Amino acid sequence: MGHKSEEKLIIDGKRLDGRALNELREIDMKVGVVSRATGSALVRFGNSVAIAAVYGPRELFPRFLQQSEAGILRVRYNMAPFSVDDRKSPGPDRRSVEISKVIRSALEEVIFLEEFPKATIDVFVEILQADGSTRVTAINAASLALASAGIPMRDLVSACSIGKVDGQLVVDLNGKEDNFGETDMALALQGSRKNVTLLQMDGVLTNEEFEKLLNLAKENCIKIYELQKKVLKENYKRF
Amino acid sequence: MEEKYALELILKGKRIDGRKFDEFRKIEINKGIIKNAEGSAGVKIGDTEVIAGVKMNIGEPYADTPDEGILIVNSEFTPLASPDFESGPPQEDAVELSRVVDRGIRESHAIDMEKLVFVAGEKVWINFIDIHMINHQGNLLDAAALAAVAAILNTKIPKMEGENILRGEYEKELPISHVPITITVGKVGDSFIVDPNLQEEKILDSKLSIAIREDNTICALQKQGVKGLKFEDITQMIRIAREKAKELRELVQSGD
Amino acid sequence: MDKEPSIEKETQEVIKEHPELKELQIVLPGEFLDEKKGRKVGRGAFFEGEKVFAKFLGVPRINEYEVNVLPLSGIYLPNIGDKIVGIISSTEVSGWFVDLNSPYSAYLPLAEGVDEFVDTQRTDISRFFDVDNLIFCTVSKVTKNKTVQVSMRDYGCRKLLGGIIIKVTPQKIPRIIGKEGSMIKLIKLKTACDIITGQNGVVWLRGENKAKAIEAILTIEKESHTVGLTEKIEKLLGE
Repeated sequence: MGHKSEEKLIIDGKRLDGRALNELREIDMKVGVVSRATGSALVRFGNSVAIAAVYGPRELFPRFLQQSEAGILRVRYNMAPFSVDDRKSPGPDRRSVEISKVIRSALEEVIFLEEFPKATIDVFVEILQADGSTRVTAINAASLALASAGIPMRDLVSACSIGKVDGQLVVDLNGKEDNFGETDMALALQGSRKNVTLLQMDGVLTNEEFEKLLNLAKENCIKIYELQKKVLKENYKRF
Repeated sequence: MEEKYALELILKGKRIDGRKFDEFRKIEINKGIIKNAEGSAGVKIGDTEVIAGVKMNIGEPYADTPDEGILIVNSEFTPLASPDFESGPPQEDAVELSRVVDRGIRESHAIDMEKLVFVAGEKVWINFIDIHMINHQGNLLDAAALAAVAAILNTKIPKMEGENILRGEYEKELPISHVPITITVGKVGDSFIVDPNLQEEKILDSKLSIAIREDNTICALQKQGVKGLKFEDITQMIRIAREKAKELRELVQSGD
Repeated sequence: MDKEPSIEKETQEVIKEHPELKELQIVLPGEFLDEKKGRKVGRGAFFEGEKVFAKFLGVPRINEYEVNVLPLSGIYLPNIGDKIVGIISSTEVSGWFVDLNSPYSAYLPLAEGVDEFVDTQRTDISRFFDVDNLIFCTVSKVTKNKTVQVSMRDYGCRKLLGGIIIKVTPQKIPRIIGKEGSMIKLIKLKTACDIITGQNGVVWLRGENKAKAIEAILTIEKESHTVGLTEKIEKLLGE
């Protein structure tokens, strides 16, 4: 974030990959990709690809972690070593720890955890290819995986990234825009209740720019929510 | 239990220590308290206490920013500060706080990194800001961010003799371009409170930490907590943060 | 997931002409089902004020008595009265722990498993049930914290000898049994197997032609929500 770039990222209102400012990348969503898991999904935004698998509710060990009133949600976000340009050493680093935490907070409220005391619902997300906005791609995949796992939920969660690149406000930042743009922001929304469950931003924004980005985020999260619904309904079509 | 009582009170419009919803606890900032550091500050917000120290070293710049110095911000949840902190690798709360404080300083361009270069691509100043928690009575994030800013305002660049750094002798002040202040606003029911203490932190529905520069721009945002926020809540919380940031900025800039 | 656009269109036409088919379509977590209107809200739905929403990805069941959703997938959560196939996981002094294929395991007290008087000081009760034995039993108790107890007292409860077990999604068991047991009767008849289906998703089979029975059961599990399944299974078994 904030590194200077030699080249312009937006020329004549079009981004380097040909998109308009308010255009999402090409999106692919599939469910049931990990047959051993209770539920799973793969989500692709342009070249960013995330696979999410849900196991559980299942017994939680060690016992002292168990909560007698409700189950817990555990999330592990991890980037595969080959997902980025410069190989990333395997295993959690501070960034993955933080992202795992915020993804968990983004998903927890919609799950009826009170129906599974002493149990855990484990969500694993692997980033297979990273080209910007991996945490929101992860949330979109996790949301689909949870629904297809038959986890009781109040809503689906949809997420997108927005930001400021070359002074302009854009949607769905790719890797270059993420690294060389002025600001990037991630937002997750409960699809029908419209509560914001993830909000992170870094860069420099005036209040006006920030409010505009909030609106852009809301609009696009709703688009993504419609896509998620479509994928789930089509995958389980009855006739 | 105290947390339940704190919650009851807030829902009735009061706080457990009698503060108003938009009132911080007593803030004390003491700069230059660590002799061997190039800059330092101790901050107390109520009984929450943290100490930040700045050390400067010389090294190679990052490959993609050859004409900038380096900034490394680290926070330690020292076990002495709370019975809940353990020795060993940082737990997720510590990692998160560390990274949010880092972003507040980094994204705001508080330090003018271009003025910290000896030879572009080869030799630059590296700034280490280390923040140690000393006592955890709630709102560590705001205290840590405040201490970091106070410490860099207090930092002086050491003199050089040839290749050696002359510790203890100083050339000039660290070039500061902006003063970011981080304010955490908590939501409980329909109310917003600032500077949640230890009990209040446990009963918050959610909280939003906002880093604001002196020109009122927002440079970092982090939502924490399980419950969702309405869009109107976000707007409100930022408005509240902006006002409090002004107050804290005056405090941190005075007494130099 | 390529399909000819005309099939989608035809489906929509069929639904338009037969609005009652709409209820055969899938609903998603958080989707609005109906107004409560004094009816019971089933375990697969939740309500806020007068509005009832789906808790699961599944099939809606909306009639004059209740508003509910049957989940398409998930894990087994024990309920009192469930008839299940359990696996003895350990032998204690005066009872056994039973694996229910659930995040929660159950306890079978000695008195609930054995009719005769047993002197626990002198007897090693593993002579009645030993680790890995299969039992067909009833869930007799489930507390708020999901402490579960089972009993062998009911008619039909017994140790299952020989045979093997397969695990299927518990929510598919009703489909595997079929209306008034028609589906499972068909499978038993055509394969000459003894089959017991536990509501916990564990199915016990014994007989020469187990493989055919398993194929039929797993096909039902995979395609339980489609129309035209019965004919497909009849064909499969007829070979």
